[in-house]
Amino acid sequence: MANDPIHQFQINNLVPLEIGGYDLSFTNSSLFMAITVVTTSIFLVWSTSGRGLMPTRVQSISEMAYEFVAGMLRDGAGNEGMKFFPLVFSLFMFVLVANLFGMFPYFFTVTSHIIVTFALAMVVILTVVLYGFYKHGFGFLKLFVPSGIPAALVPLVVMIEVISFLSRPISLSVRLFANMLAGHITLKVFAGFVASLITLGGFGIGVALLSMVMTVMLTGLEFLVAFLQAYVFAVLTCMYLNDALHPSH
Amino acid sequence: MFITTAFADDAQTNDATHGTNTETGVAHDDAHTGSFPPFESSSFASQLLWLAICFGIFYYLMSKVALPRISGILEVRRDRIAKDLEEANRLKGESDAAIAAYEQELAEAKTRAHTIGHDAREKAKAEAEAERAKVEKKLGDQLAKAEDNIAKLKAEALAEVDGIAKDTATTLISQLIDGKVTDAEVAKAVSAVAGSAK
Repeated sequence: MANDPIHQFQINNLVPLEIGGYDLSFTNSSLFMAITVVTTSIFLVWSTSGRGLMPTRVQSISEMAYEFVAGMLRDGAGNEGMKFFPLVFSLFMFVLVANLFGMFPYFFTVTSHIIVTFALAMVVILTVVLYGFYKHGFGFLKLFVPSGIPAALVPLVVMIEVISFLSRPISLSVRLFANMLAGHITLKVFAGFVASLITLGGFGIGVALLSMVMTVMLTGLEFLVAFLQAYVFAVLTCMYLNDALHPSH
Repeated sequence: MFITTAFADDAQTNDATHGTNTETGVAHDDAHTGSFPPFESSSFASQLLWLAICFGIFYYLMSKVALPRISGILEVRRDRIAKDLEEANRLKGESDAAIAAYEQELAEAKTRAHTIGHDAREKAKAEAEAERAKVEKKLGDQLAKAEDNIAKLKAEALAEVDGIAKDTATTLISQLIDGKVTDAEVAKAVSAVAGSAK
């Protein structure tokens, strides 16, 4: 099934492992999580090993990533937000590198599985909720009561705020998951057209060529999406953390 | 289309296998599984576990190794730049102070030079003045002495003129008339002539 656009999301067991009735096998997904983590860690540690006052090119890349995320977090959550910097940086780099690895042909896209993006979103939301209650106690609940609204509207607004808060992990995870999934399926479908139509000759070759052009353009777009979704994930994380730090808007 | 029909077939035939798979609880690594892989809950436990392990290690490495190192590098650079700027400011201050001191010294030297020149000029002028006065005085004295001399000589000469005139007159008379005249007559005549000449 070379043309099956869903096939690329298939999870294959590499090292079967079952503990307590749960299937915890090391799969291709696990492999690419590990590759993502190892590559990123090695790059960041190796590129900064010179600790150069004048950065080398690779060191500049690491510094740029650092400054980029630090700036994002400072803008989103203020200076107090910097205590969450390792979390935001890890999330951004993990999602970004996983997305970019997904762009290689035959590579598995870790972030194209809802459970992975949902788990990452839950890490963010749980951090927000736990830190919010730890820092402000029940004052954290002021998050749901915007100041300066008429008393009659309070129940309605609170309901809306609660729903919007609860939908955050869903929107955060589905956005990333759906973008990666849809992008990869589209790419695969157009690439599949090239392969299947080119054998028909004549008109088929014309359409195949158009599909080829489309595939090339979509590949460019997907690289943009890969970065953009990591950025959006990190920016929203910063905004949610800001709520935990300053619950009263 | 080829793909959609093929996929639909695939999905239909695999509905059954999916059912059996979930029943047995064994993950299918079958490439032909038709169900949608991201929604296959049988793989969730494994993905969650390995995500937790990988992301946990990643978070640890970032927070303990990579980020402190990068922030250290950036801090050292920031400190270094701040220090260099401070040093530059200090040196600039020093050079400013040196320039100010130099200018002040220059101004002082100018004033001093001016004073010295002025003094020297004044002194030279006074000396010249004194010299001139001395010379003038000497010259005046000499002039006065000379005038005295002249007056004396003139008086002497005038005094002698009488004698000469008398002698001459006596000699002339004696030569001309061969007579004798007294000195008193001659003197009288001479003084009469001198008186009328005067």
